[in-house]
Amino acid sequence: MAYTRRSHYKEILIDAVKDIAREDEKVVFLDADLSSCIGSTAFEKEFPDRFFNCGIAEANMVGVAAGLSSTGMVPFVHSFGCFASRRVYDQLFLSVGYAKQRVIVIGSDPGITAQYNGGTHMPFEDIALMRQIPDMAVVEPSDDYSLYMLTKAVYESGKAAYIRTPRKGIVYRYEEGTDIELGKAKVLREGSDVAIIALGVHMVNESLKAADMLKEKGINAEVIDLLSIKPMDEETVIAAAKKCGKVLVCENGRYAGGIGEAIAALLVRNCPVPMDFVSVGERFGEVGNLAYLAKAFGFTAENIAAKAEALIAR
Amino acid sequence: MLSESKLKELKKKALELRESTIREISAFGSGHIGGSMSIIELLTYLYFGEMNIDPSDPKKQDRDRLVCSKGHAGPAVYAALQKKGYFPAEWLMTLNQGGTKLPSHCDMTKTPGVDFTGGSLGQGISAAVGIALGQRLQKLNARTFCIIGDGEAQEGQVYEALETAGAWKLDNLMIFLDNNGQQLDGYVSDIIPQHDLKARYASFGLEVFEINGHDFNEIADVIEKAKEIRDKAVFVIMNTEKSHGYIPGEGVKSNHSMQISSEACEKAIADLRAREEA
Repeated sequence: MAYTRRSHYKEILIDAVKDIAREDEKVVFLDADLSSCIGSTAFEKEFPDRFFNCGIAEANMVGVAAGLSSTGMVPFVHSFGCFASRRVYDQLFLSVGYAKQRVIVIGSDPGITAQYNGGTHMPFEDIALMRQIPDMAVVEPSDDYSLYMLTKAVYESGKAAYIRTPRKGIVYRYEEGTDIELGKAKVLREGSDVAIIALGVHMVNESLKAADMLKEKGINAEVIDLLSIKPMDEETVIAAAKKCGKVLVCENGRYAGGIGEAIAALLVRNCPVPMDFVSVGERFGEVGNLAYLAKAFGFTAENIAAKAEALIAR
Repeated sequence: MLSESKLKELKKKALELRESTIREISAFGSGHIGGSMSIIELLTYLYFGEMNIDPSDPKKQDRDRLVCSKGHAGPAVYAALQKKGYFPAEWLMTLNQGGTKLPSHCDMTKTPGVDFTGGSLGQGISAAVGIALGQRLQKLNARTFCIIGDGEAQEGQVYEALETAGAWKLDNLMIFLDNNGQQLDGYVSDIIPQHDLKARYASFGLEVFEINGHDFNEIADVIEKAKEIRDKAVFVIMNTEKSHGYIPGEGVKSNHSMQISSEACEKAIADLRAREEA
């Protein structure tokens, strides 16, 4: 079955995993009592013998997945991003990363998209954590089609991977057939005054709106959808820095260890330019709806545009 | 009951493994002698009497697999793998040296014959559950053996793993608890006392046995019994002595990791041989 538009991220994600599983009988899905939340119940329905609900025991789920991988199986595992990264970090680091096992981890509800589950469930730090595991691919799609394609791309890469994805809502950004690959960013809007590099659905949405606002002031902002955190599309990032001379990085996550720092480290070696960041500082998550949280953390088009202007004025 | 000749052969092999283990650790100067020595009989029986494995094809898909979740018993595992023919004897003298293929804790990416990486306690048993499940899903006629420590059993992940072993009725999985009563800081009973082990492990829906882990007949008997059990994973409480066979460490509270000089090594081996012959 090929890609078909869906009305929620979780549906397109499970579509992608099912498509992969139809071609590869070694693919299994493990969940930790959140199968109703991510819709892996649809995987279970089609592949009842290849779905395992591990209960509310994420550490064991990751270890079981690593063991399955060592026999040649290809496990996808899911939990909310906070539990799929932070809670099981040593298991991911050693039983998966260090032991060189191929486990594809789905961490749902990144950053402020955790909304009503609040601060306990709001992973800002997962990007930094997962970046630390050698050879692990880390991706965050920005729409329906990129989620489908990146899920397939990390599977095809043969690597252990972390897919950071929201569950609810949908944006259709890319046309079917668009080239979406692991390690490739997408330039969504060409510009010359400032490069806004954004990660994930929310930040890409807000960055495009910010670019519109800047346009009205005569500022041409380039907007880049990073998509792949590791490996990162260094070529596109460096080219944007060279062209625009100013770089603003926007991520729905922590500043410490996030993509902003990763891009800064890349540019300081290759093309040092003034930079700024829209991300979370020394702060935990909190409860609220998306609009409230976006405002509370400065994840709005207005704040992005203001930071871009200030950066240009520097 | 094992035949007299089989028993004699196994005892001879166990003595060889003990000598290798002591020499490995002594070559480096120190190491995890205590928890290595307590599982020698089990490793001897599994590698030389039970497991379907082929040292010339360490990754054979339908092999039986062993996960030493108490990864610090690496020196004992390496002694068994070397005697089985997985790698040359010279490797044993490189334990823990920079660039070695035999690190302190078992590492599947470095050592031929090691089926899963251990070291962060509590994790190997989850991997063993996954391996047994993977064998079942692929319809392999193969078993998974897992060794955990009694100190390691303080890790909560062990119980998460046992829940799934029970829920998924993994009758190709056999878990051995190396119940040697000691952990790094001293006696388990002084640190976190354990109670009603049989009841505890049976409560996960496992078939539980208790044996003397230094008695080949009891090891053989429990493994034969496990073959007849359907729809249940088997859990064996294996009562052992930490440092068993490394006489200077027997009965010593701090025998988790010990320094072994070359003189101490030769004396320990000579004393052990004399005791075995007596």
